[in-house]
Amino acid sequence: MTFPTRLAALSAAAILTGTTAIADCGISQGRISILSNDFGALNAVSNAAAECASDSVTVEINATTEHRDLQVAAMTPTPAEYTVAVVANSSIVPLMNENLIRPLDDLIAEYAPDLPTLNQVTIDGKVMAIAFMANAQHLYYRADILEQVGLEPPTTYEEVLAAAEAIRDQGIMDFPFVTNTETGWNLGQEFVNMYLGHGGQFFEPGSAVPAINNETGIAALEMMKALSDYADPDFLTFASNETQAEWEAGNVALAFMWGSRGSQIIDDEGAAPEIVAATMLTGAPTVAGGATPASTLWWDGFTIAANISDEDAAASFQAMIHGMRDEIITANNEEAVWLSAAYQPGPAAAGISATATSGTAPYPMIPFMGLMHSALGSELSEFMQGEESAEQALADVEAAYSAAAREQGFLE
Amino acid sequence: MPHKTFFWFMLPSALAMFLFIFLPIISVVVQSLYIEHEQVLIETENCGPFGCVPVVAVDTEATQALRDAEPLGRFNGLGTYTDRNHLAFAEIGAAWTGTESWGEFLGQVYNLPFYKALSFTLTFTFVVTPLVIVLGLFIALGVNSLPRLLKGPTIFVSLLPMIVTPLVGSLILFWMIDSEGILGATLQRVFDDNALSLKASPTLTWIMLLVYGVWSSAPFAFIVFYAGLQTVPEDTMEAATIDGASRWQRVRYVVIPYMAPLVVFITLIQLMDNFRVFEPIVGFSAQASATSLSWIIFNDLRGQDVQLFGSAAATSVLTILGVAVLLCPVLIRTWRDFNRKRV
Amino acid sequence: MAAAAHRRSTGLAVLSTGFVIFWVIIASFPFLWTLWGSFKVQADFFSRADWTNALTGARTIVETGGPFTLNGYGGAWIQEEFWRAALNTFIVVFSVVVISLTLGTLGGYALARSGFRYAFWILMLALVFRAMPHITLVSGYLLPFFEWNIWGYLPTSIIVLVAINQPFTLWMLHSFFLNIPKDLDESAMVDGCTRFQAFRHVIIPVMWPGVITTGLFSFLLAYNDFAVTAVLLSQENQTMVPKIASFLGSTFEEGNVMFAVAAVISATAPLFVLILFFQRQIVSGLTAGAVKG
Repeated sequence: MTFPTRLAALSAAAILTGTTAIADCGISQGRISILSNDFGALNAVSNAAAECASDSVTVEINATTEHRDLQVAAMTPTPAEYTVAVVANSSIVPLMNENLIRPLDDLIAEYAPDLPTLNQVTIDGKVMAIAFMANAQHLYYRADILEQVGLEPPTTYEEVLAAAEAIRDQGIMDFPFVTNTETGWNLGQEFVNMYLGHGGQFFEPGSAVPAINNETGIAALEMMKALSDYADPDFLTFASNETQAEWEAGNVALAFMWGSRGSQIIDDEGAAPEIVAATMLTGAPTVAGGATPASTLWWDGFTIAANISDEDAAASFQAMIHGMRDEIITANNEEAVWLSAAYQPGPAAAGISATATSGTAPYPMIPFMGLMHSALGSELSEFMQGEESAEQALADVEAAYSAAAREQGFLE
Repeated sequence: MPHKTFFWFMLPSALAMFLFIFLPIISVVVQSLYIEHEQVLIETENCGPFGCVPVVAVDTEATQALRDAEPLGRFNGLGTYTDRNHLAFAEIGAAWTGTESWGEFLGQVYNLPFYKALSFTLTFTFVVTPLVIVLGLFIALGVNSLPRLLKGPTIFVSLLPMIVTPLVGSLILFWMIDSEGILGATLQRVFDDNALSLKASPTLTWIMLLVYGVWSSAPFAFIVFYAGLQTVPEDTMEAATIDGASRWQRVRYVVIPYMAPLVVFITLIQLMDNFRVFEPIVGFSAQASATSLSWIIFNDLRGQDVQLFGSAAATSVLTILGVAVLLCPVLIRTWRDFNRKRV
Repeated sequence: MAAAAHRRSTGLAVLSTGFVIFWVIIASFPFLWTLWGSFKVQADFFSRADWTNALTGARTIVETGGPFTLNGYGGAWIQEEFWRAALNTFIVVFSVVVISLTLGTLGGYALARSGFRYAFWILMLALVFRAMPHITLVSGYLLPFFEWNIWGYLPTSIIVLVAINQPFTLWMLHSFFLNIPKDLDESAMVDGCTRFQAFRHVIIPVMWPGVITTGLFSFLLAYNDFAVTAVLLSQENQTMVPKIASFLGSTFEEGNVMFAVAAVISATAPLFVLILFFQRQIVSGLTAGAVKG
C-alpha cells in the first residue's frame, strides 16, 4: 500500500478513535515519565499526554536535545527512569539492541484496537513503536529564479546541476545550491541519501560487513562533489540553521533541506515576502536514472520501557495515545507532518508528501547503521575538500566503520 | 603536620575526588581493555509507516546470555588502543613499508583520525600557550600603568572573553567571521578577494582557531599576572630606576624574574587546557579541517545513536598520558621546589 | 611602580596605552556587538544577506515595527521561563563555590603545611585527575546514577562539579597557603591551640583574598558548565547554559536563537556586578597566593 492510500484507509478508522476521545484518559493509576527530543511537535504530544496527570497518576517530561545520550543508561535499571522514550527510526536501534523496550501488541489490543497499521512499527512481527509523525529531506526551489532561466522544476539531480549551472551562467547567483553538509552527522546523512538514490546497499546481505567501496559509492560521492561546486565554499560547516538562513536571505535558489523546516521557512519571519512567495517545496530528486528519490524517510514515535511494571506501561501507553489524539493533531497541524487522518496537509507538507509517495526508502533500521553513519560523517570531508580520491575516502570509511564494529561485537 | 591531622584535613576533598574522579578513571581504564560481546544477528522484517523491508537485527536473548556470562565483555588487551581509530599500529607499519618518501608517509599517517587530531592538538597547545603568556603579560603591564580610575572597568572588559558562555560566544563569533558577517566581509574587502573564506580553507580555519584560543585564554593569564605585578617590591624597582635602568630593563631584569613562579602556574594550567581543546572546534564547526583528541571522544560519545564507550575510554586514557608527558618538565621543577621546601 | 611610572618616556606611554586600547576593543567588541544585536530580530543579527542589517535593523523594522525589540528578552524570560533556570543556576553556583572552597581550604592548608612526600604525590595525582576529559567522566556517571536513582537532582550535579573542580581549587589554595608565614599558626599552636583551632582563629582571618580569587574560578566553572549539567539534570532542574542550548534548535527544527542571545546577555549582567564588587580582592588574593606557587 502506498502512502496516500494508507492515509485514506485510516481516515475511516480514525473517526471512531476521534469521537471516543476521553478527557480523563481512563487511567486509574501509574507513573508516566517521558524522554524525548526537544522540538515543538514532540512537546505538543508530550504536553497532551501530561493532561492525564491526576492524584494517582504522575507525569514527568524531559524534553532535551541530549535524549539520545541518556536513553540507554536511563532505561537500563529496574525500574527504568523513563517509561516512555520518544525515538526516531535511527534512535530506536540502541534500545532494540539492548532489549530495553517492550512489544506493544497486547497494549494495542486492549487500549487502542483501532490504531491504524500505518502507525505501527513492527520488528520481527512485534509492534515495538507507535509512529505519529513523518519527516524527510526534499527539494526547495525558487520558482521566480527558475522562471528567469527558463527551466522546469528539477526532478533529478542531473537537472539540479543543469539548473544551478544556468543560474550561475546568467550571473544571478554564484552559489545557487545548498544542503546540509556539515562534517559529521549531516555529511553522513547526505551520503546515505545519495547512495540509496543510486540503489546502493551498505552491507553484505545478512551481515555487518561494509560494502560501500564500489562503483555505486564512487558515483554517489562524485554527485555530492559536483553539487558542492555550486554551494558556498563554507559548505562543510552548513547545518540546518545555516542552510535555512541562506535560503531566507535569498542567497540560493535550490536547496535540499529537512521537510520539518518547511513551515518555518515559509512563515513571515526571517525572509522577505517575495522570497517566501516564490519558495516551492517539492519531492526529493532522483539520481543517475534511478526510480527512488535520493532521500530517506523518517518517523518519530514512542516506545514503552521494558523494565517497568505492567501497570506503568499500560498507563504510559494510554497517556501517549491520548497525546496523539485528533484534537491535538488539529491544534498543532502546522507543527509536523502527522501520521493521522485528522491531519490537513498544508503547503509546508508538500515536499514530504511528494517524497514519501514516490517510493523513497526509510532510513535503514539496522543495528550497526549508526556506526556506518558516523564513520561516513567523519571520513568524507577530505574528499569533499578535494584532498583525496573517492576510493580512498570510501576505504577510510570502511576501515573506520570496521574498527568501531569490531569493538561493538558486530564484526570479528 | 602529623599524619593524623593531615588525614582529617584532607579527607573531604580527597573523598570527593576519589569517588567522582578516581573511581571513574579506574573504570575507564578497565573499560578500554574490553570490547563488546559478539552480537548474535538474525534476519527479520521491519514494517513501519513507509512499508516493510527485510533487515538484520540483534538477537537480544542470545546476546544477553553471552553478556550474563561475562558482564565486562570480551578482554581485548590493548587491542582498542592499537586499532585503526586510535594508535593504528598496523596502518602505520603498512604506510612505513609501502611509501617511498617522508612526505608520502606523513600524508598517510595524517589520514588516520588519531594522528590528524593529535597534530592539531599539539599545534594548538604549543602555539596558544606561549602567546597567551606573552599577551597576558603585556596586557597586565599596560593595565597596571593606567590611571587608577580606569583600572576597574578595564579589568572587567579584559575578562569578558573568558566569562561569556563559550556555547553562545563561539556561535556569535562563528557568524561574525562568516563570509557574509562583519569580520569575514571586512577581511574580504581588505584583501580584495571575494572567495576568501575563513571557514573553507583548512589553513585559515587553523589560524582562526588559534586566534580564538589566544583571545579566550589571554584574560586568565592577564589576571594572574596583573595580581603578580602588585607584589613586585617597590624598593627593588626604585633601586633599579636609580641605577639608570630603562623601563624595558626593569621589566626584563626585575619584573619577569619575580613573576617566574606565575609563569609556571599559567603554563601548567594552559598546557593542560589547550591539550584538551574542544569547544572552539564544535562552536566553529571546524571538524572538517581540525579535530582534537577531546573532539574524538565527543564524537564517540555524543551526537550519534550508538555510543562507543570502549573507544572513548581508550582516547581518554591516551589524553591523560599525553597531558602527563607534556607536564613532565613542570612537574620535575615542582618536585625540586618541594624537596627544597622540606629541608 | 608608581614612582617609576613618572619617569618613563612619552613614546612608551603612548605605545602602552595604545596597546591597552587595542586590547579593550578586541576583548569587548564581540560582547558589545551581541549586546546591540540582542535588541534585533534573528534575520538582522545573524544576517546572511548583509551584515550591516545588524546595525540598521532592516528586518527588525519590518517584523516588529521599530528598530529595536525586546522580543528576545521577553521570549527567554517570560515565555520560556528562563528565571527558573536562573534560580537553579544560583543554587548550583552558590553551593559549588561554598562547598569547593570549604573542602579546598582544608585540603589546601594541609597540603601546604605537610612536609611529607605524599603531599607532593597528592598534588600530582590531582593534576592527573584534572586531565581527565569531563565528557568521559559524565558518560561514566550516567548508569550508576540512574541505578541509584540520584540522577537529575541538583545536589548530584553540585557534588560532581565540586569534585571536578577540586584539583584546581587545591592547587590554587595550596600555593596561597604556602605564602602565609608558618610562624603564624605555629606560634598559635605553641600557645596551646590545636591545629584546627589555629586554622580557625589565625589562618581564616587572613585567607580571604586567596579564597575569593579561587572562588571566582570555581564560580566561572560552575556558571559556564555545559558538559555536566546538560546531561545530569532533569528538565525542571535545568540550569542556564543547557537552557540556552535548548534555544538553539535542532537539525529538524529552527530554534529561537535570539532568546539564546538575550539570555546570554542577561546572564552576563550579574557577573559584571560581581567582578566590580570583588575586583580588589581578586587582585590582592592572587597577589598573596599564586606568586610563590
